[in-house]
Amino acid sequence: MTKSYPRLTVSGDSALALEFGDSIDPVLNDQVLALDAAIARARIAGVVETVPTYRSLLVHYEPTVIGFAKLGELITEIAARGVATLRKGHRWRVPVVYGGAFGIDLEEVAQRHGMTPDEIVARHSGGDYRVYMLGFLPGYTYLGGLDPKIATPRRHDPRLETPAGTIGIGGIQAGIQCLAAPSGWHLLGRTPMRTYHPRRDPMFLIEPGDSVTFFPIPVSEWEALDRAAEAGELVAEAVDP
Amino acid sequence: MSLLAIETVGPATSVQDAGRHGAQRYGLTTSGAMDRMSLAVANALVGQPIGAAAIEIGPFGVSFRAHGGAVRVALAGAIRSMKVGARPVEVNETVFVGEGQTLALGPARSGMFSYLGAEGGIAGEPVYGSLSVSARAGLGSPYPRPLRSNDELIVGTADAALPERRLKIAPHEFGPIRVVLGPQDDAMTTQAVALFLDVDWLVSPKSDRMGYRLEGPVLDHADGFNIVSDGTAPGSIQVPGNGQPLVLLADRGTTGGYPKIATVITADLSRLSQTPAGGRVRFVTVQIEEAQAEARRFVAMLASIPSRVEALVRDVPSGETLFSANLAGRAVNALDPQTWQDAHGRDEARS
Repeated sequence: MTKSYPRLTVSGDSALALEFGDSIDPVLNDQVLALDAAIARARIAGVVETVPTYRSLLVHYEPTVIGFAKLGELITEIAARGVATLRKGHRWRVPVVYGGAFGIDLEEVAQRHGMTPDEIVARHSGGDYRVYMLGFLPGYTYLGGLDPKIATPRRHDPRLETPAGTIGIGGIQAGIQCLAAPSGWHLLGRTPMRTYHPRRDPMFLIEPGDSVTFFPIPVSEWEALDRAAEAGELVAEAVDP
Repeated sequence: MSLLAIETVGPATSVQDAGRHGAQRYGLTTSGAMDRMSLAVANALVGQPIGAAAIEIGPFGVSFRAHGGAVRVALAGAIRSMKVGARPVEVNETVFVGEGQTLALGPARSGMFSYLGAEGGIAGEPVYGSLSVSARAGLGSPYPRPLRSNDELIVGTADAALPERRLKIAPHEFGPIRVVLGPQDDAMTTQAVALFLDVDWLVSPKSDRMGYRLEGPVLDHADGFNIVSDGTAPGSIQVPGNGQPLVLLADRGTTGGYPKIATVITADLSRLSQTPAGGRVRFVTVQIEEAQAEARRFVAMLASIPSRVEALVRDVPSGETLFSANLAGRAVNALDPQTWQDAHGRDEARS
């Protein structure tokens, strides 16, 4: 089945998406983010909000104000213009306590790849990750750029609950999971950083298009950093480009 | 200001309004009332905007007490018994609850969710324009979680002199739930799409505000069940690896990694949300143009609800009411010949 892109799809009567491809690819994600920015600038009446994802942009809209045909045409036109002045993203340095009770799957992932836990940590924290999207739950950050040598298929039996701050990997993806949630990913560690905090201004820190690196911290630092993060401090470093 | 205090409450009861928009790009879902139509009815009765915050009440019973003043409330949605003290009262009507009086609601007899609107509204601090509870996100006001015993909501103080009001509203219609196919029906086999539209689906007891799980025949994927995660809409019907559809609702994840075979149309989401666990659902497809025409009709219908509120005139007033009102000084009691014989006699004498 060959599809031609960009492809306009219907998500019911109040949302549509423009897909740029069907793979995880920074070039496609750049197109998504460029379209997202262009739609924000165009201020189209009836558009409620947009959700950029890996390779498509979902647009929530009010069918009482604008119909599918008209909005689809407008958005396809904007995408065809291909203006891509992308915002320069922040670079985030995110502290992680790896292994033990903080990353209960580290040993198993190491065994599966015939490596020591330290090698897994070195490879995971040595990566330079792109933030492709946030989704599923508040602050859940989907990252690309995992070392393929430690890519690990998702668990057969997803866990019904995994802790807030979980740093996990699933297949070729890596992630920062801000809230406690069910997950089929492998848990390598935890960060005290709150990518989402309902009582902090700003509530959200990371944007799609930002980049992330991780650095290991000793478990002895957890408590103080966790407390500071709960009180509203960043605890991660944001470096402007 | 009066307080509406929660005395006893089951799970799945929380403050909800028209939902929270603007942060789905950060993974924050909209939440909001599962049944927007019943939310509108409850609010219109108590003079609130149709999308204002009300108490969404799950299938279990709940009781409230008015403190610090009287309150006036109205219940819409799922059918259940309702009493102020020992006096039975009706859904789709305003109900005056005096200071210290208890309002007791029974479990839902049909439907899933009821909405209790309060005169003066529910006081709270909106986030992204909404008081809606999202338990997972720790958001919602005045409590960022479902309600518990001893919680107190600040509402308006009611004036006993004002007349009660009612709204005649037809119950949700039966019949298939309308969907628009896609965006990933092509990730399913053609047989699976046909089967999806050809059977009655059973609503699983594992359903909640996040989504309704459906049980039935296994729907086969054309080429694996993982897609590159993309955005979801209210009513998106995901088909995960087990081939059993999951309709994403108010507390859905903003993105998902399973193919979406179809999307429930806006006009039918309220009706679907009121289908209880064990209930059956059948789907029928409509084209996007028809779905949007229905959405526009639905929004117009919601907007018309406040104009349909009318002053309450009891169809069959009780003798007790008439006597106590002493309307013309000559009401009769059919069980007491003396009252009507006397009245009759006087009428005859006058003519």
